[in-house]
Amino acid sequence: MSNDDLTQMIIAATRELAAEQGIEIDTALDADTRLFGEGGLLDSMALVSLVIGVEQALEEKHNVTVALADEKALSQRSSPYRTIGTLAAYAAQELAARRKSG
Amino acid sequence: MAEPVTLITGTRKGIGRHLAEHYLAQGHRVIGCSRQPAELEHAHYQHFTTDVADEPRVKALFASLRKEHGRLDNLINNAGIASMNHSLLTPVETVRRVMETNLTGAFLFAREAAKLMQKAKYGRIVNFTTVAVALNLEGEAAYVASKAAVEALTRVMARELADFGITVNAVGPVPVETDLIRAVPKDKIANLVARQAIKRLGRLEDVTNVVDFFLRRDSGFVTGQVLYLGGV
Repeated sequence: MSNDDLTQMIIAATRELAAEQGIEIDTALDADTRLFGEGGLLDSMALVSLVIGVEQALEEKHNVTVALADEKALSQRSSPYRTIGTLAAYAAQELAARRKSG
Repeated sequence: MAEPVTLITGTRKGIGRHLAEHYLAQGHRVIGCSRQPAELEHAHYQHFTTDVADEPRVKALFASLRKEHGRLDNLINNAGIASMNHSLLTPVETVRRVMETNLTGAFLFAREAAKLMQKAKYGRIVNFTTVAVALNLEGEAAYVASKAAVEALTRVMARELADFGITVNAVGPVPVETDLIRAVPKDKIANLVARQAIKRLGRLEDVTNVVDFFLRRDSGFVTGQVLYLGGV
Protein backbone atom coordinates (compact mmCIF):
# COMPACT_ATOMS: atom_id res chain seq x y z
CA MET A 1 0.00 0.00 0.00
CA SER A 2 1.41 3.39 -0.95
CA ASN A 3 1.93 6.29 1.39
CA ASP A 4 -0.85 8.07 -0.46
CA ASP A 5 -3.29 5.21 0.10
CA LEU A 6 -2.45 5.26 3.79
CA THR A 7 -2.97 9.02 3.93
CA GLN A 8 -6.40 8.63 2.33
CA MET A 9 -7.26 5.85 4.76
CA ILE A 10 -6.28 7.98 7.75
CA ILE A 11 -8.27 10.93 6.39
CA ALA A 12 -11.34 8.70 6.09
CA ALA A 13 -10.80 7.33 9.62
CA THR A 14 -10.39 10.87 10.98
CA ARG A 15 -13.61 12.01 9.30
CA GLU A 16 -15.50 9.02 10.64
CA LEU A 17 -14.18 9.61 14.15
CA ALA A 18 -14.96 13.34 13.99
CA ALA A 19 -18.52 12.57 12.92
CA GLU A 20 -18.94 10.05 15.74
CA GLN A 21 -17.52 12.29 18.42
CA GLY A 22 -18.83 15.63 17.21
CA ILE A 23 -15.38 17.07 16.51
CA GLU A 24 -15.62 20.07 14.18
CA ILE A 25 -13.37 20.07 11.16
CA ASP A 26 -13.41 23.40 9.36
CA THR A 27 -10.63 22.78 6.83
CA ALA A 28 -9.86 20.22 4.17
CA LEU A 29 -7.86 17.27 5.51
CA ASP A 30 -4.53 16.43 3.96
CA ALA A 31 -1.12 15.08 4.93
CA ASP A 32 -0.24 18.36 6.65
CA THR A 33 -3.31 18.40 8.90
CA ARG A 34 -2.23 18.47 12.53
CA LEU A 35 -3.73 15.60 14.49
CA PHE A 36 -2.28 15.96 17.95
CA GLY A 37 -0.33 18.53 19.92
CA GLU A 38 -0.46 22.28 19.36
CA GLY A 39 -3.24 23.17 16.95
CA GLY A 40 -4.19 19.50 16.61
CA LEU A 41 -7.70 18.25 15.85
CA LEU A 42 -7.76 15.57 18.52
CA ASP A 43 -7.38 15.28 22.25
CA SER A 44 -5.54 12.28 23.67
CA MET A 45 -8.64 10.09 23.98
CA ALA A 46 -9.71 10.81 20.41
CA LEU A 47 -6.18 10.07 19.24
CA VAL A 48 -6.35 6.65 20.91
CA SER A 49 -9.62 6.00 19.09
CA LEU A 50 -8.12 7.11 15.77
CA VAL A 51 -5.07 4.87 16.11
CA ILE A 52 -7.31 1.90 16.95
CA GLY A 53 -9.58 2.79 14.02
CA VAL A 54 -6.67 2.85 11.56
CA GLU A 55 -5.30 -0.45 12.92
CA GLN A 56 -8.74 -2.04 12.51
CA ALA A 57 -9.18 -0.66 9.00
CA LEU A 58 -5.81 -2.10 7.96
CA GLU A 59 -6.81 -5.42 9.45
CA GLU A 60 -10.26 -5.51 7.88
CA LYS A 61 -9.55 -4.11 4.43
CA HIS A 62 -6.00 -5.27 3.91
CA ASN A 63 -5.78 -8.26 6.21
CA VAL A 64 -2.63 -7.04 7.89
CA THR A 65 -2.08 -6.76 11.62
CA VAL A 66 0.08 -3.85 12.61
CA ALA A 67 0.57 -2.08 15.94
CA LEU A 68 0.65 1.69 15.55
CA ALA A 69 0.85 2.31 19.28
CA ASP A 70 3.85 0.30 20.37
CA GLU A 71 6.77 1.35 22.50
CA LYS A 72 8.69 2.44 19.44
CA ALA A 73 5.99 4.88 18.38
CA LEU A 74 5.61 6.31 21.86
CA SER A 75 9.31 6.80 22.42
CA GLN A 76 10.17 8.55 19.16
CA ARG A 77 11.48 12.04 19.68
CA SER A 78 9.25 13.44 16.99
CA SER A 79 5.88 11.81 17.53
CA PRO A 80 4.39 9.90 14.57
CA TYR A 81 0.99 11.26 15.64
CA ARG A 82 1.73 14.91 14.83
CA THR A 83 0.03 15.03 11.45
CA ILE A 84 -1.90 12.77 9.11
CA GLY A 85 1.24 12.59 6.96
CA THR A 86 3.56 11.53 9.80
CA LEU A 87 1.10 8.85 10.90
CA ALA A 88 0.85 7.57 7.31
CA ALA A 89 4.63 7.48 7.06
CA TYR A 90 4.87 5.59 10.34
CA ALA A 91 2.23 3.08 9.22
CA ALA A 92 4.08 2.59 5.91
CA GLN A 93 7.31 1.98 7.79
CA GLU A 94 5.66 -0.57 10.08
CA LEU A 95 4.01 -2.34 7.14
CA ALA A 96 7.35 -2.53 5.32
CA ALA A 97 9.03 -3.89 8.46
CA ARG A 98 6.35 -6.55 8.73
CA ARG A 99 6.78 -7.62 5.12
CA LYS A 100 10.53 -7.90 5.65
CA SER A 101 10.21 -10.06 8.74
CA GLY A 102 7.72 -12.15 6.82
CA MET B 1 -32.18 -3.24 21.47
CA ALA B 2 -30.08 -6.06 19.97
CA GLU B 3 -29.05 -9.01 22.14
CA PRO B 4 -25.96 -8.31 24.25
CA VAL B 5 -22.73 -9.80 22.92
CA THR B 6 -20.79 -11.40 25.76
CA LEU B 7 -17.31 -12.87 25.65
CA ILE B 8 -16.32 -15.27 28.42
CA THR B 9 -12.89 -16.85 28.79
CA GLY B 10 -12.41 -20.34 30.22
CA THR B 11 -15.84 -21.70 29.31
CA ARG B 12 -14.99 -25.40 29.07
CA LYS B 13 -15.90 -26.11 32.68
CA GLY B 14 -16.49 -24.71 36.16
CA ILE B 15 -17.62 -21.13 36.70
CA GLY B 16 -16.97 -20.15 33.07
CA ARG B 17 -19.21 -22.89 31.72
CA HIS B 18 -21.92 -21.95 34.18
CA LEU B 19 -21.68 -18.27 33.21
CA ALA B 20 -21.89 -19.15 29.51
CA GLU B 21 -25.08 -21.17 30.10
CA HIS B 22 -26.50 -18.45 32.33
CA TYR B 23 -26.05 -15.68 29.74
CA LEU B 24 -27.22 -17.88 26.88
CA ALA B 25 -30.39 -18.46 28.89
CA GLN B 26 -30.75 -14.67 29.18
CA GLY B 27 -30.60 -14.32 25.40
CA HIS B 28 -27.01 -13.13 25.03
CA ARG B 29 -24.83 -14.05 22.09
CA VAL B 30 -21.98 -15.79 23.88
CA ILE B 31 -18.45 -16.25 22.61
CA GLY B 32 -16.30 -18.55 24.71
CA CYS B 33 -12.80 -19.91 24.67
CA SER B 34 -10.60 -22.46 26.35
CA ARG B 35 -7.40 -24.30 25.58
CA GLN B 36 -9.32 -27.45 24.74
CA PRO B 37 -12.51 -27.80 22.68
CA ALA B 38 -15.73 -27.38 24.65
CA GLU B 39 -18.84 -29.53 24.63
CA LEU B 40 -21.23 -26.66 25.11
CA GLU B 41 -23.53 -26.46 22.11
CA HIS B 42 -26.09 -23.76 21.56
CA ALA B 43 -27.31 -21.86 18.52
CA HIS B 44 -26.02 -18.62 20.03
CA TYR B 45 -22.73 -19.96 21.34
CA GLN B 46 -19.44 -19.86 19.49
CA HIS B 47 -16.30 -21.46 20.83
CA PHE B 48 -12.65 -20.67 20.12
CA THR B 49 -9.81 -22.94 21.10
CA THR B 50 -6.96 -20.78 22.32
CA ASP B 51 -4.65 -20.14 25.19
CA VAL B 52 -5.73 -16.78 26.61
CA ALA B 53 -2.15 -15.49 26.57
CA ASP B 54 -1.49 -16.41 22.93
CA GLU B 55 -1.59 -12.96 21.36
CA PRO B 56 -1.89 -13.88 17.65
CA ARG B 57 -4.72 -16.34 18.35
CA VAL B 58 -6.50 -13.95 20.68
CA LYS B 59 -6.25 -11.20 18.06
CA ALA B 60 -7.70 -13.62 15.51
CA LEU B 61 -10.58 -14.36 17.89
CA PHE B 62 -11.34 -10.64 18.16
CA ALA B 63 -11.03 -10.11 14.38
CA SER B 64 -13.64 -12.84 13.89
CA LEU B 65 -15.86 -11.43 16.65
CA ARG B 66 -15.69 -7.97 15.08
CA LYS B 67 -16.60 -9.32 11.67
CA GLU B 68 -19.48 -11.38 13.01
CA HIS B 69 -20.99 -9.00 15.57
CA GLY B 70 -19.34 -5.63 15.02
CA ARG B 71 -19.43 -4.92 18.72
CA LEU B 72 -18.88 -6.35 22.18
CA ASP B 73 -20.92 -5.42 25.23
CA ASN B 74 -19.44 -7.60 27.95
CA LEU B 75 -16.15 -9.32 28.67
CA ILE B 76 -15.89 -11.79 31.55
CA ASN B 77 -12.23 -12.60 32.17
CA ASN B 78 -12.83 -15.87 33.96
CA ALA B 79 -10.02 -18.12 32.69
CA GLY B 80 -7.50 -18.85 35.40
CA ILE B 81 -5.20 -21.44 36.79
CA ALA B 82 -4.11 -21.99 40.37
CA SER B 83 -1.04 -23.40 41.98
CA MET B 84 -1.18 -24.66 45.54
CA ASN B 85 2.33 -24.83 46.82
CA HIS B 86 4.56 -23.36 49.45
CA SER B 87 6.69 -20.68 47.81
CA LEU B 88 9.84 -22.62 48.69
CA LEU B 89 8.50 -25.54 46.68
CA THR B 90 7.24 -23.61 43.67
CA PRO B 91 9.23 -23.94 40.43
CA VAL B 92 9.76 -20.67 38.60
CA GLU B 93 8.14 -22.20 35.52
CA THR B 94 4.93 -22.50 37.55
CA VAL B 95 5.12 -18.83 38.50
CA ARG B 96 5.54 -17.89 34.84
CA ARG B 97 2.65 -20.08 33.76
CA VAL B 98 0.30 -18.74 36.43
CA MET B 99 1.19 -15.12 35.64
CA GLU B 100 0.87 -15.76 31.93
CA THR B 101 -2.67 -17.13 32.12
CA ASN B 102 -4.05 -15.08 34.99
CA LEU B 103 -2.46 -11.69 34.36
CA THR B 104 -1.28 -11.59 30.73
CA GLY B 105 -4.42 -13.37 29.54
CA ALA B 106 -6.72 -10.98 31.40
CA PHE B 107 -4.75 -7.99 30.16
CA LEU B 108 -4.78 -9.11 26.54
CA PHE B 109 -8.53 -9.77 26.50
CA ALA B 110 -9.31 -6.51 28.31
CA ARG B 111 -7.16 -4.54 25.87
CA GLU B 112 -8.68 -6.06 22.75
CA ALA B 113 -12.20 -5.90 24.18
CA ALA B 114 -11.81 -2.22 25.04
CA LYS B 115 -10.68 -1.47 21.48
CA LEU B 116 -14.02 -2.80 20.29
CA MET B 117 -16.07 -1.27 23.09
CA GLN B 118 -14.63 2.24 22.82
CA LYS B 119 -16.32 2.79 19.47
CA ALA B 120 -19.74 2.25 21.01
CA LYS B 121 -18.75 4.21 24.12
CA TYR B 122 -20.13 1.33 26.15
CA GLY B 123 -18.67 -1.75 27.71
CA ARG B 124 -18.48 -3.92 30.81
CA ILE B 125 -15.35 -5.81 31.80
CA VAL B 126 -15.41 -8.18 34.74
CA ASN B 127 -12.17 -9.71 35.99
CA PHE B 128 -11.76 -12.60 38.40
CA THR B 129 -9.75 -12.35 41.58
CA THR B 130 -9.99 -14.40 44.77
CA VAL B 131 -10.52 -13.84 48.48
CA ALA B 132 -7.07 -15.42 48.87
CA VAL B 133 -5.63 -11.98 47.98
CA ALA B 134 -7.38 -10.26 50.89
CA LEU B 135 -6.48 -13.14 53.21
CA ASN B 136 -2.81 -13.28 52.12
CA LEU B 137 -3.41 -17.00 51.98
CA GLU B 138 -0.37 -19.14 52.69
CA GLY B 139 0.44 -21.88 50.21
CA GLU B 140 -0.70 -19.97 47.14
CA ALA B 141 1.95 -17.30 46.70
CA ALA B 142 2.13 -17.37 42.89
CA TYR B 143 -1.63 -17.59 42.47
CA VAL B 144 -2.31 -14.82 44.98
CA ALA B 145 0.37 -12.59 43.43
CA SER B 146 -1.15 -13.05 39.97
CA LYS B 147 -4.62 -12.17 41.24
CA ALA B 148 -3.31 -9.15 43.19
CA ALA B 149 -1.95 -8.00 39.84
CA VAL B 150 -5.38 -8.52 38.28
CA GLU B 151 -6.89 -6.31 40.99
CA ALA B 152 -4.37 -3.57 40.22
CA LEU B 153 -5.10 -3.95 36.52
CA THR B 154 -8.81 -3.61 37.29
CA ARG B 155 -8.33 -0.33 39.15
CA VAL B 156 -5.97 1.27 36.64
CA MET B 157 -7.93 0.22 33.55
CA ALA B 158 -11.12 1.45 35.22
CA ARG B 159 -9.58 4.93 35.21
CA GLU B 160 -8.11 4.67 31.73
CA LEU B 161 -11.34 3.42 30.17
CA ALA B 162 -13.85 5.55 32.08
CA ASP B 163 -14.06 8.20 29.35
CA PHE B 164 -14.98 5.49 26.86
CA GLY B 165 -18.02 4.44 28.91
CA ILE B 166 -16.36 1.17 29.85
CA THR B 167 -16.45 -0.09 33.43
CA VAL B 168 -13.89 -2.53 34.82
CA ASN B 169 -14.61 -4.43 38.03
CA ALA B 170 -13.56 -7.66 39.69
CA VAL B 171 -15.32 -10.36 41.63
CA GLY B 172 -13.44 -12.36 44.26
CA PRO B 173 -15.16 -15.65 45.00
CA VAL B 174 -14.55 -17.88 47.99
CA PRO B 175 -13.87 -21.51 47.06
CA VAL B 176 -16.65 -22.83 44.81
CA GLU B 177 -16.99 -26.57 44.08
CA THR B 178 -15.08 -26.72 40.80
CA ASP B 179 -12.04 -28.50 39.41
CA LEU B 180 -9.85 -25.64 40.56
CA ILE B 181 -10.26 -26.57 44.22
CA ARG B 182 -10.84 -30.33 43.87
CA ALA B 183 -7.10 -30.90 44.30
CA VAL B 184 -6.91 -28.83 47.49
CA PRO B 185 -6.89 -30.81 50.75
CA LYS B 186 -10.20 -30.71 52.67
CA ASP B 187 -8.67 -29.20 55.82
CA LYS B 188 -7.19 -26.33 53.80
CA ILE B 189 -10.63 -25.48 52.41
CA ALA B 190 -12.15 -25.76 55.90
CA ASN B 191 -9.53 -23.34 57.26
CA LEU B 192 -10.28 -20.88 54.50
CA VAL B 193 -14.03 -21.08 55.01
CA ALA B 194 -13.49 -20.48 58.73
CA ARG B 195 -11.99 -17.08 57.91
CA GLN B 196 -15.11 -15.93 56.05
CA ALA B 197 -17.90 -14.00 57.78
CA ILE B 198 -20.38 -16.44 56.25
CA LYS B 199 -18.91 -19.89 56.69
CA ARG B 200 -19.85 -21.99 53.70
CA LEU B 201 -18.49 -22.81 50.25
CA GLY B 202 -19.47 -20.50 47.46
CA ARG B 203 -22.14 -21.45 44.97
CA LEU B 204 -22.10 -20.78 41.26
CA GLU B 205 -25.14 -18.53 41.63
CA ASP B 206 -23.29 -16.39 44.22
CA VAL B 207 -20.74 -15.58 41.55
CA THR B 208 -23.32 -15.11 38.79
CA ASN B 209 -25.22 -12.65 40.97
CA VAL B 210 -22.21 -10.35 41.29
CA VAL B 211 -21.34 -10.61 37.59
CA ASP B 212 -24.99 -9.80 36.76
CA PHE B 213 -24.70 -6.67 38.87
CA PHE B 214 -21.49 -5.48 37.21
CA LEU B 215 -22.91 -6.13 33.72
CA ARG B 216 -26.13 -4.24 34.27
CA ARG B 217 -26.58 -1.05 32.25
CA ASP B 218 -27.60 0.62 35.51
CA SER B 219 -24.16 -0.16 36.97
CA GLY B 220 -22.47 2.43 34.77
CA PHE B 221 -21.35 4.43 37.82
CA VAL B 222 -19.61 1.43 39.41
CA THR B 223 -16.03 0.90 38.28
CA GLY B 224 -12.61 -0.06 39.64
CA GLN B 225 -14.22 -2.13 42.39
CA VAL B 226 -13.24 -5.49 43.81
CA LEU B 227 -16.14 -7.36 45.40
CA TYR B 228 -15.33 -10.31 47.66
CA LEU B 229 -17.91 -12.93 48.49
CA GLY B 230 -18.54 -14.52 51.85
CA GLY B 231 -17.84 -11.40 53.88
CA VAL B 232 -14.07 -11.56 53.51
